[in-house]
Amino acid sequence: MGFVDLEGVRKVYGQNAVVRNFDLSIARGEFVSFLGPSGCGKTTTLRMIAGFETPSAGTISIDGRDVTGLRPNQRNVGMVFQSYALFPNLTVAENIGFGLKVARRPKGEIAARVAEMLGVIKLPQLGERYPYQLSGGQQQRVALARAIAVKPQVLLLDEPLSALDAKIRVSLRAEIRALQQDLGITTVYVTHDQEEALSMSDRVVVMSDGRVEQVGTPFEVYNDPATRFVASFVGTLSVMEALVVDGSAGRLRIDGQEVAATRAAGRARSGETRSVALRPEAVTLGAPGEGRNRMRGTIEDVAFLGSVVRIRVRFGESALSLDTFNSPGSPPPAKGAEVTVGFGRDDLLLLEAS
Amino acid sequence: MSKPRLGPWIALVLAAIYFIVPLAATFEFSLRKRKGEYSFDAYRWLFDDPRFIESFLYSTTVAIATIVVGILLVLPTAYTIRVRLPRLRPLVEFMTLLPLVIPAIVIVFGYLRLYNSSSWLPMTSSARATDVLLVFAYVTLAMPYMYRAVDTGMRAIDAQTLTEAAQSLGAGWLTIMVRVILPNVRVALLSGAFLTFAIVIGEFTMASLLDRPAFGPYMNYIGTNRAYEPSALAVIAFAVTWACMGLIQLVGRGRKTTA
Repeated sequence: MGFVDLEGVRKVYGQNAVVRNFDLSIARGEFVSFLGPSGCGKTTTLRMIAGFETPSAGTISIDGRDVTGLRPNQRNVGMVFQSYALFPNLTVAENIGFGLKVARRPKGEIAARVAEMLGVIKLPQLGERYPYQLSGGQQQRVALARAIAVKPQVLLLDEPLSALDAKIRVSLRAEIRALQQDLGITTVYVTHDQEEALSMSDRVVVMSDGRVEQVGTPFEVYNDPATRFVASFVGTLSVMEALVVDGSAGRLRIDGQEVAATRAAGRARSGETRSVALRPEAVTLGAPGEGRNRMRGTIEDVAFLGSVVRIRVRFGESALSLDTFNSPGSPPPAKGAEVTVGFGRDDLLLLEAS
Repeated sequence: MSKPRLGPWIALVLAAIYFIVPLAATFEFSLRKRKGEYSFDAYRWLFDDPRFIESFLYSTTVAIATIVVGILLVLPTAYTIRVRLPRLRPLVEFMTLLPLVIPAIVIVFGYLRLYNSSSWLPMTSSARATDVLLVFAYVTLAMPYMYRAVDTGMRAIDAQTLTEAAQSLGAGWLTIMVRVILPNVRVALLSGAFLTFAIVIGEFTMASLLDRPAFGPYMNYIGTNRAYEPSALAVIAFAVTWACMGLIQLVGRGRKTTA
C-alpha cells in the first residue's frame, strides 16, 4: 500500500470512458508524472485525486484514508494550474497566505510562512505586487508557493509549465524538482511533454485513451517501452518491418539485409513479420565495429537541429533516423549519398505483434 | 511619419453632428422659456416642482432596490451556470434575452393578470406591494444587461479555475464567493448596476400601467403639458445617464486582472 493509492478508478461521461480501470500506488515523497497526448485522461485522473471530479468507479486514498467522496477543500492537496489561477485582487503575499487565512492560522504565523515561501521561490521583494505585475514564470512560482504554503499531503501540478516560454520552462522544471526533493512532498505532475516527464520524475505513467500503457522509471520507459504506443510516444523512434529469419537466435531481415537483435531472441517466431524500432541516438554513421549490426542505405534527408544533425537513411521500404553531433570541421553527408550505418544488437527494440 | 488619414476624421465629425446637433438644439430650446433671452427658467421651474424631486427620488429608490435584487439573483445564477452547470448556459442565456424580445407592455399585462387584487397573490392590492411588483418587473427588464455584464466578468477572471484554486486551499463556497469571486467581478457588477439604473430611471410603460409615481410617467406628463420644461427634463435625463456611464468608466479603471 502506497501513500496515494488509486484502485480501479474509472471516469465515464455518458457513453465515453475517459479513464478506464486506473490502478496506481504512489510512495510517500515520490514524484510521479502522468504523460500522454491530449485527451488520454491524465488531467481527469489528476482532477479526481484533487476532488474536482468524482470517479464513476474505484477508490482513491491518501495516507490510508479513503478520500473518494471528500470535497476538494477537505483533502489537503495542493494544486498548481496551467493558467496559474492567482487571485487577481490579492497581492503576492496575500495569495500565498490565502490557504493559511482560510485555515484561521494566527497572523504572525501566516506572515512568517509567507516570508519563508517568498524566500523559497526566490521572490522575497515582490510580496506587495499584484499578479498582473509579474511575468508568467514569476506567477507560476507564486502559484507553487501558494500551493505548498499550507503544507499539503500531496502536490498536484496540471501542466504548470505549458504556458511559459522554452527557456523559463527548463529552468523552472529544475526548480520544481529541487523544491520537491527538499520538501519531500509527494507529487503528481501532468504533462504532455516527454522531456519534462523524463527529466523530473521518479516514475512516469504513460497513458493513452484512458488506459495506463506503462508505469516505470524514466530509464525503463525510454529504453524498454512496454507497448508500441509508448515506444512511439516517448522519444523519437524509427519503426521498420522485419522478417524473422531465426526466432530463437534473434536473426531478422530488414529490406533484404540481415541483422541480429538480442531482444528478439526467443520472443519472435521464425517466418513472421514483426515491427522493430531504433532510437536515433543508437545509430552511428559509418562502418561499425565488430559485433554490431550494419546496413547500407541512401541518405534521404538531412535536418540541421543546431547541436545535433538528424539524418534519415532509406533502405528500400524501410528508413531510419540517426543523430550525429554537429561538427563545423566535418559537414554532414549530402542527400542521395550511399552510406553504411551501424547499431548495437541490444538497441533494436522488438515491438509487440499487432 | 505616416500621413494623417482623412476617412476616420470624416466619420468622427459626421457621428458627432448626428449625436450632438439634436442634443444641442434641445438644450438651446430649453433655455428659451424667458422671451427674448436665454435663461434657466425651465430648469428652475422643474426643480421647484415637488413632483420632480418626488418622482426622481422614487425612481432612484426603485432603481437601487432593483440593483440589489438583480445582483442577488444574477450573481449566484451566473456563477452556478459558469462553474457547476455550463450545459444549461444556452437555456439561461435564452431566458435572459426574453425581456428584449417581449415588449414591456406585454410583461406588465401579464403581471396584472397574474397578480391583480382578486388573484391568489394580490400584489396590486396596496401601494407597497405594487412597488415590490415594480421592482421585480424592473429586475426582469434589466436582466439581459445585468446577466451579460456579470457573465462577461466571470469569463474574464476564469471563475471555474479560481474556484478550484480556492477549494484546493481549503476554502468553502461562502469564502470563495465573498473573497474570490465578488471582489473580482466588482467592476462587472457596477457596470450592470449603472446600466440598470439608467434603464429604470426613465422607464415609462411599467410604472405608468402599475400607476406608480415614477420619473418616467412624470417626464411623459411634463411632455404633454409644458413647452420648454420637457426639453430641460430631457437634458437632465441625459446628464443622469452620462453620469452613470462616466462612473462605469471611472470604476472600470481599477486593478487589472491576470492574463
